[in-house]
Amino acid sequence: MNTSTDSTANVADGAATPLRGKRILIGKPGLDGHDVGAKVVALALRNAGAEVIYTGLRKSPQQIARVAVDEGVDAVGLSILSGSHKELVAEVAACLAAEDAADITLFVGGTIPAEDRAHLEGLGVKGIFTADQPLPEVVASLAASLG
Amino acid sequence: MSSPAPRPRLTQTSAAGLDVPVRAGPDLVDPNHIGEPGQVPFTRGIFPDGYSGRLWTIRQYSGFGTAEDTNQRYRFLLDQGQTGLSVALDLPTQCGYDPVDPMARSEVGKVGVSLSNLSEMEILFDGIDLGAISTSFTINGSAAMIYAMYLATADKQGVPREKLTGTIQNDILKEYVARGTWIFPVRPSMRLIADSILYSNEVTPRFNPISIAGAHVRDAGATAVEEMAYTLANGLAYVDELIRRGGDATRFARRLSFFFYVHQDFFDEVAKFRAGRRLWAKLLRERYGVTDEKAQMFRFGVVCGGSSLIAPQPMNNIVRVTIETMAAVFGGAQSIFTCAFDEAFQIPTETSAEIALRTQQILAYESGIARSVDALGGSYVVEHLTDQMETAIEKVMQEIDDYGGVEKAIEDGWLQLRIAERALERKQKIDRGETVVVGQNFFRRDDAKNEVAETFHVDPEAARKVMEKYERIRDTRDAAAAEKTLADLGRAADDDAVNLMPYLVDCAHAYVTVGEMVDTLKARWGEFQEPVRL
Repeated sequence: MNTSTDSTANVADGAATPLRGKRILIGKPGLDGHDVGAKVVALALRNAGAEVIYTGLRKSPQQIARVAVDEGVDAVGLSILSGSHKELVAEVAACLAAEDAADITLFVGGTIPAEDRAHLEGLGVKGIFTADQPLPEVVASLAASLG
Repeated sequence: MSSPAPRPRLTQTSAAGLDVPVRAGPDLVDPNHIGEPGQVPFTRGIFPDGYSGRLWTIRQYSGFGTAEDTNQRYRFLLDQGQTGLSVALDLPTQCGYDPVDPMARSEVGKVGVSLSNLSEMEILFDGIDLGAISTSFTINGSAAMIYAMYLATADKQGVPREKLTGTIQNDILKEYVARGTWIFPVRPSMRLIADSILYSNEVTPRFNPISIAGAHVRDAGATAVEEMAYTLANGLAYVDELIRRGGDATRFARRLSFFFYVHQDFFDEVAKFRAGRRLWAKLLRERYGVTDEKAQMFRFGVVCGGSSLIAPQPMNNIVRVTIETMAAVFGGAQSIFTCAFDEAFQIPTETSAEIALRTQQILAYESGIARSVDALGGSYVVEHLTDQMETAIEKVMQEIDDYGGVEKAIEDGWLQLRIAERALERKQKIDRGETVVVGQNFFRRDDAKNEVAETFHVDPEAARKVMEKYERIRDTRDAAAAEKTLADLGRAADDDAVNLMPYLVDCAHAYVTVGEMVDTLKARWGEFQEPVRL
C-alpha cells in the first residue's frame, strides 16, 4: 500500500492545512548553495497553511537566530547538504538559547547520514528529513511537533 | 496471504513532457533535418567518426579534505585508467573565503578540497604532469583566481602554458539561479569571465575557459527542456558580453563548452543533446553570422546521477548510472562523469568511485555501443523526439527573451522562482506516484534502507591541517610581493578596460590567497544581493 499517495492528494486539494497559524523560518546556514530542498519544503509548508519566511543563502547561525526571534516564529528549519550539519546545528541551537528562544522547534533537512541522527536529536532537533521522504510526512511531523 | 505490490502505470509522456509515440514511422521524421555526423547542422555529432576517432574523456569528479588527501585519490584514479581529472573544491574556496574566515571554518575540506593559495595547488598536482593530463575545475565565483593558480602551478612545473588542456566551469549566471557560489554582482562577474576567456584564448589556446552548465539548474528542478533552454540562453549572454569586449566570435566560440546532467528518461536525454547541438550551431549562424564550422560546434561534458540517485537501496544507483551513461554516449558527449552509487548521501568511497569508473570502461570497451557514430540517428522515435525537443527548447528561450533576458530574469529572482516551483512539482509527482522511483515510491523495502557497508569520512583533522598550512604560508611568503601584487590588482580593477588575468596570475605567484584576491575586488564591486522570492 502506497500511503504517501493518499496523504499527498489531501494536501494538494487544499483540504488539509494542519499548519495554519504557524510561523516557520527556513534557514540556509553556512556556504552551501543547494537550496532546492529549502525552497520545496518552504513551499510545501506554505501550502499546508503556515506562514513561511525563507532566509536565502549564506546566513550565519547568529543571523538565523536573530531573524527567528525578531519574527517570533514557532519553528526553524535548517537545510544543510554540505556535511557540516553537526557544527551548524549546534551553533544555531546555541544562538537560539542565547536569545532565550530555545523553545522554538528546530528541525533539519538535507544530506544527513543515519548515524548522525541521534547526535542532532541530542542537540534538541525535533525532526530530521531527507530527500526521499514524502512532503506530507514532513508536514504531518511538524504539525505533530507544533501541536 | 500476501497481495502483489502496487505496480506503476506506463505513460506516453516523457519526463520532459514530450509526447512519445507508441509506434513511430517515417511520417514523423524530416530527413532534411538530420544531416551527417561532423557537418552542419550537427544533429548527428560534431565529429564524422564519432568515438572511433577519440573516445570521450573519462573524468570523475573528486576532491576532499586536504590537498595531500586528494592528490592520493587522483593518483589512484589515474592508475586505474581515468583519463582526466576533475577537481571538487570546498565551499570556502568556491565562495572566496580563506579557511580561517568565520563563515568558512565549519566547511573547510567538506565537499571538496581546500585550495586557498598556490602552495596547496602545488601539493594537489604533486607528481602529476600538467602537460600530460587535462584538468577540469568546478569553480565559478572564484574561477579566475583558480585558473590563475593553475597557470602558476604549470609555470612552476616547467610546463608551457600553451600545452595546458582542461576546463574551468566559470559560468556565474547559473550560480545565481541554482548552485549558489556567487560572489560579485552580475556585471563585474561578467567582466571577470570575459577577461578570463579572452586571456585564455591567447595564453592557453587548448584550454576551455568556460563550461556553460545546465547541470545544476537541472538538478535544482528544471526539466530537460528547461535545462537546455536556460543554458543556451546563458551561452548567448556570454557571447554578447565577449563581443561587447571586442572578442571575435569565430575565435572564442571554438573554446566555449557546455555541461549537463543526464537523468533517467533515456530518450529525453538523447534527444536533448541532439537538439541542443543543432540549435546552438543555428543560433551562432543566425544571430552572429558565424560561418566557421568549428566555432559552431557544441562540445559538452555530462554528469550522470545527481538527484536521480536515491539513498534507499543505493546499489540500484549503479543501474541508473549505467542507463544514463548510455544516453550520454548516444547523445555524443565529449566527457563523462559517472556518479558513484553512494553519492546521494556521502562522498564516495574508493570502492564506489571505482565502480563508477568501471561502468564507463565496460560501456566503452565491452558493450560496443561506441563503435558507430550516432548509432540511434535515423530512428523514427529519436528523430521525432529531437525535433519536439528543439521546438520546446526554443519556446522556453523565447519566454526568457520576452521577460527581458537572462540577466534581468536572474536579478529579479524570476528564474529562481520558476525553478523552485518546478522542483516542488517534481517532488509532488514522486510523492503521488506519478513519477516512478523504484525503491522509493514503489517497490520500497523499509527493512533494506541502507545496504552500504562502507562509509566515507573526511579526515576530521583535515580542517585543522588546512588552517595550519594557511597560517604558515602567510607567515613565510614574501610579504612585500604579496602586498604589491594585490595593490596592482586593485588598481587594475578600477579600470573596466583592463584585463585582470595577468594581475591575478602575479598574485598567485606571490602566494596571495584566494580570499585576499576576492576581498580586494569585493571592496570595489560589492557582493551579489540574492533576490529571495518564494
